[in-house]
Amino acid sequence: MDIRLESISHHYDDFEVMRDITLDIADGQIVCIVGPSGCGKSTLLRFIGGLERPTSGRVLQLGEPPADCLNPLTYIFQDFALLPWRTVAGNVSLVLEDHGISGAEAKAIINDVLDRTRLTDFASALPKQLSGGMKQRVAIARALAVKPAVMLMDEPLSALDSQTRELLMDDLVDLWTRQPFTAVYVTHNLAEAVRLGHSIVVLSRRPGTIREIVHLDKPLADRHFGDADLDERQKYLWQLMRDEARAADAELIHV
Amino acid sequence: MSEASHKPNDPDRLKAGGVSNGTAVNFRGGGFAPKPRRWVGFVVFAGLIAIAEWGTRSGWISALTLPRPSDVLDTFKQLYSSGLLFKHLVPSLSRLAVGAAAGVTAGVIVGVLIGLFSYFRAGLVPLVAAIFPIPKIALLPLFVIWFGIDEGSKYALIAFGTFTPTVVATYGAVDNVDRTLIRMGQSFGLSWFSIVRKIVLPGAMPGILSGLRISLAIAIILLVAAEMLGAEYGIGAYILEAGSLYDLERLFAGVVILSVLGVVVSAVIGAIERYLLGWRN
Repeated sequence: MDIRLESISHHYDDFEVMRDITLDIADGQIVCIVGPSGCGKSTLLRFIGGLERPTSGRVLQLGEPPADCLNPLTYIFQDFALLPWRTVAGNVSLVLEDHGISGAEAKAIINDVLDRTRLTDFASALPKQLSGGMKQRVAIARALAVKPAVMLMDEPLSALDSQTRELLMDDLVDLWTRQPFTAVYVTHNLAEAVRLGHSIVVLSRRPGTIREIVHLDKPLADRHFGDADLDERQKYLWQLMRDEARAADAELIHV
Repeated sequence: MSEASHKPNDPDRLKAGGVSNGTAVNFRGGGFAPKPRRWVGFVVFAGLIAIAEWGTRSGWISALTLPRPSDVLDTFKQLYSSGLLFKHLVPSLSRLAVGAAAGVTAGVIVGVLIGLFSYFRAGLVPLVAAIFPIPKIALLPLFVIWFGIDEGSKYALIAFGTFTPTVVATYGAVDNVDRTLIRMGQSFGLSWFSIVRKIVLPGAMPGILSGLRISLAIAIILLVAAEMLGAEYGIGAYILEAGSLYDLERLFAGVVILSVLGVVVSAVIGAIERYLLGWRN
């Protein structure tokens, strides 16, 4: 299933947030969206998943999601959004219950996703007992449980320290290599973008428009921390964004 | 500054005791973190009772000012052995249970509705604000007319008194539920009812339970007020009777029962919190 954004524009009252964004997200690819703060990248992600409506333009699903897919468009949030009163397994089971999956069937799915995220030993732990990286892995397990057609990741690693971030990037690459998934990955961290993105969409500052789309051909599994060619691409991206980021930083926040 | 200060961790200098020349940094952290001190509460209680006992025995507190604690204890023993204790306690507890259960249930339902629906909020918040400051005891005659002189009016008074604080605590708690969790529920396609049952209600539970503490304390106050107005048996009736006879021993025995009731209710809520909110700490 592909996703197409057709000339999306959005404004709050007379405050223009983004202008005429058209973008195709191809099946099995990770598309990273980067841009200076306030350019509307998280808002764009909420449009794609149907949590918010753009002022004009449409988000289209092209083709049908796979038959076993429970929740085609599935988010992974920056702050994990785990229910603190449910265990790790309970948090995964939450998203299955409404699809009428319970008992042995649910158990099989939960065991499978916890195994894929290496959380099997922590199935009965509460979120407060887990480190940030583990919490985000629970959120990833929860997303995998509904077999999404597209994963919508809103700065998933931004709340983590840099070492945990490296580890989780490796985890995501492993997951993708074993079973390629489609993802839209919003981040302000260019290092994440060049490690995980098949294509990187650079947005301009507000009102957000697509400035450039950078394609990276190197396979995800071959990309490593500190690769010279990736650093080169990262520098290039930073050159694109630098002045805009500075201007965006100097703006008054609109509330 | 000597030459040695250019080599801050020079082992010879450290061994020679060069460090001890400085003054120690004053400790100025700590505090502002209450720790549990279980026995202190008992000591305060026991101390006050001991002073009262000593004062009344030695005579500097007259028997009219304060009854002797040991006499109060004797009165309490009599009350127990004569079987009157349970004759008073059982109707009181059942009034408290029925009235508070009705008031709290209605309060939680209305509070959740206010928390979830704009029209309920717009319509009911001013109404609740108008009802809240009315001393419910002042309405007792009205309740007697509406619900009759016996149990009905007592249930209604307690229910009404617990209703408003429960509503306020509940909608405040629903407002405070983490919106990102609700967005998460929506993004996974959970039904509206599932979101309310599995995300909103558990998330609001801490606030609802702390509101419950206040509501139930108010319920005990109103219980006594209702029983003072017209009841043959009940702790309130017992206290009123003792008071009109200036029988301070019995008056205090009744007051002690109320205090114990308050402590028990608080402990029960504490136990419920530990059971339901174990995920917090």
